Amino acid sequence: MKPIFPKSLDFLIRAAGAFLGFSILTGVAAYTYFTLPVVQDTGYRPEQPVPYSHKLHAGNLNMDCYYCHNTVAKAAHAAIPSTETCMNCHTRVKSDSALLAPVRKSYATGEPVKWVKVHNLPDYAYFNHSAHVTAGVSCVSCHGRVDQMVEITQVQPLNMGWCLECHRNPAPNLRPAELVTKLDWEPPAGKTRAEIGMEIVKAKNINPPVHCGGCHR
Amino acid sequence: MANLTLTNSDLDAISPRLVLDKGTRPTGYKEVTEDVVSIIEAKTSRAWWIAFIVSFLTLIMLFGMLSYQVATGVGVWGNNSPVGWAWDITNFVFWIGIGHAGTLISAILFLFRQKWRTSINRAAEAMTLFAVACAGLYPVFHVGRVWRAYWLFPVPNTDLAMWQNFRSPLLWDVFAISTYGTVSALFWYVGLIPDLATVRDRATGIRAKIYGFLSLGWRGSAQHWTNYEMAYMLLAGLSTPLVLSVHTIVSFDFATSVLPGWHTTIFPPYFVAGAVFSGFAMVMTLMVIFRKWFHLEHLVTIKHLENMNKIMLVTGTVVGYAYGTEFFIAWYSGNPYELFTFINRAFGPYWWAYWSMISCNVISPQFFWSKKLRTNIPFMFVISIFINIGMWFERFVIIVTSLHRDFLPSSWGYFRPTYVDILTFVGTFGLFMTLFLLFARFVPIIAISEVKGVIAGDKHRHLPEHVEAQMAVKRDEIMKVVA
Repeated sequence: MKPIFPKSLDFLIRAAGAFLGFSILTGVAAYTYFTLPVVQDTGYRPEQPVPYSHKLHAGNLNMDCYYCHNTVAKAAHAAIPSTETCMNCHTRVKSDSALLAPVRKSYATGEPVKWVKVHNLPDYAYFNHSAHVTAGVSCVSCHGRVDQMVEITQVQPLNMGWCLECHRNPAPNLRPAELVTKLDWEPPAGKTRAEIGMEIVKAKNINPPVHCGGCHR
Repeated sequence: MANLTLTNSDLDAISPRLVLDKGTRPTGYKEVTEDVVSIIEAKTSRAWWIAFIVSFLTLIMLFGMLSYQVATGVGVWGNNSPVGWAWDITNFVFWIGIGHAGTLISAILFLFRQKWRTSINRAAEAMTLFAVACAGLYPVFHVGRVWRAYWLFPVPNTDLAMWQNFRSPLLWDVFAISTYGTVSALFWYVGLIPDLATVRDRATGIRAKIYGFLSLGWRGSAQHWTNYEMAYMLLAGLSTPLVLSVHTIVSFDFATSVLPGWHTTIFPPYFVAGAVFSGFAMVMTLMVIFRKWFHLEHLVTIKHLENMNKIMLVTGTVVGYAYGTEFFIAWYSGNPYELFTFINRAFGPYWWAYWSMISCNVISPQFFWSKKLRTNIPFMFVISIFINIGMWFERFVIIVTSLHRDFLPSSWGYFRPTYVDILTFVGTFGLFMTLFLLFARFVPIIAISEVKGVIAGDKHRHLPEHVEAQMAVKRDEIMKVVA
């Protein structure tokens, strides 16, 4: 019987198999890498309608986070300040700055400034700011050194594994609750963050949920 | 009784052959090849195109529904608290169950040397694969974010920093179904190799190349056959426990919960029997159509159909017994919640589903006690459809009626499917039929080499002594088999 295929097909098949296998492995590796939250989400820095500098306000002028984000200790949601909060000062300070034109316009019309949300959790994750802030988790743990950022940048991956890391071992991220907005806080001499955190865990009986229903309701 | 008037056809009434004459033409090796391979060599018929286009459009509708669901969210399905599992899991179990006949026929009947399996195993195994494909859609799309469906498998991941719950039968199910799909596909393909080579040998041009490629260089040497037989035997051995384990684990999805109506030790055998029952019904539905369509009545004979009906009678009776036992235990346990659930099933808001199930699954197979009815082809076709419907209702009854009455009466509800639920389910039939029609068009739908293996056996079939005595002299002449 005349063969249908030449003998060289054996090599071609093996080569094609090897190529396919290699492509699949490379594809899986590439997909895995490029969808890692640290690759995909960390470093997100959208352009804001007003070039508001946290470095200037929270850093140089040393304003407390609570002045603008005034709901974080009481509510689940961290409020973005209303235009009126800005205008408390900016009716007198830099009241004619061109950069502040959108804020003045908002103040005049009542239309809020369209700030772009940077730290955006998925809808099925219920994050409660007050639960974290009153327990003694500092802003810096999730948002980084905002007082040094001209433009707000996401510095943490904010994926579930990252949340769980702290929920399983909260002590290193805990401090006295009145110091949460002190972003450059260092533990007093002779004590580590974890030791202080451990005392707080015991004193407040902090036991973060690690079951599904803790965050997904 | 010197006057010998017996013919092969007379003897078929006493002990039917597995391969009959086609009209007056005796069927030998050459004819088996010709009858089966000519189906896929013939020009595509108009009937096939019509069936294919209808199925394919239904499949496109399935894609549409699934895309809509992925784009919008799982909320487009009707399941919601308290009925968190509804048509999705009903249809999943329905399709998985249908697959079981294929594995039973190909593995267990093979190991038990049931020669009548030969002409139905190929189609039944194909049906298994396509049913598993339909079933697999549901858990994958129920997770919502389908692109994360691989999280079902315990692969290391940095996103979640957690593992699956290894104590959960839902995870066992992932392994059970994927193993089942893989082994069934391998078994089917290994069985196909000699037949694909047969098609190759008759083909020319590009067809010869394609079938030549797919038949993996099969030459039919003694060495090839030895290896093939061994591989087939091993795969049959591997598949045999799967017939029992897959649906056992599917039943664990329910049985290990603490929900009255699900928390039952009878579930594993009850589910396996039900799966085989529904699977044979689907094989019957398909074979009645396809044997007629492709003129294969001499290969898929009335004996094959009758044997399948007997299996349906047995498994249907087991299933009916299980329904009775469930009720008995609900009363005997003295557990008021269990008793409430079962009384509610039969007489509560879903009474229509329960009694549809009972009439289709318990009553309809009982007709097969009558030889006249179980050899009546239109009758068995209708019954097989009833059984398909009944087995769907069984899963619906188990899942939805157990859930819709929560422990808290304030959470009681009533499940209604949305149009997406319904069209998705109809769409899976499109997927199933599209695949099956492609199979019937391009692959020998009967295992040629295996049927050839039983032709010689027909010559030596066992006959009652007085018949044997009658034909003592001219046995070979009467029972001549074309080879």
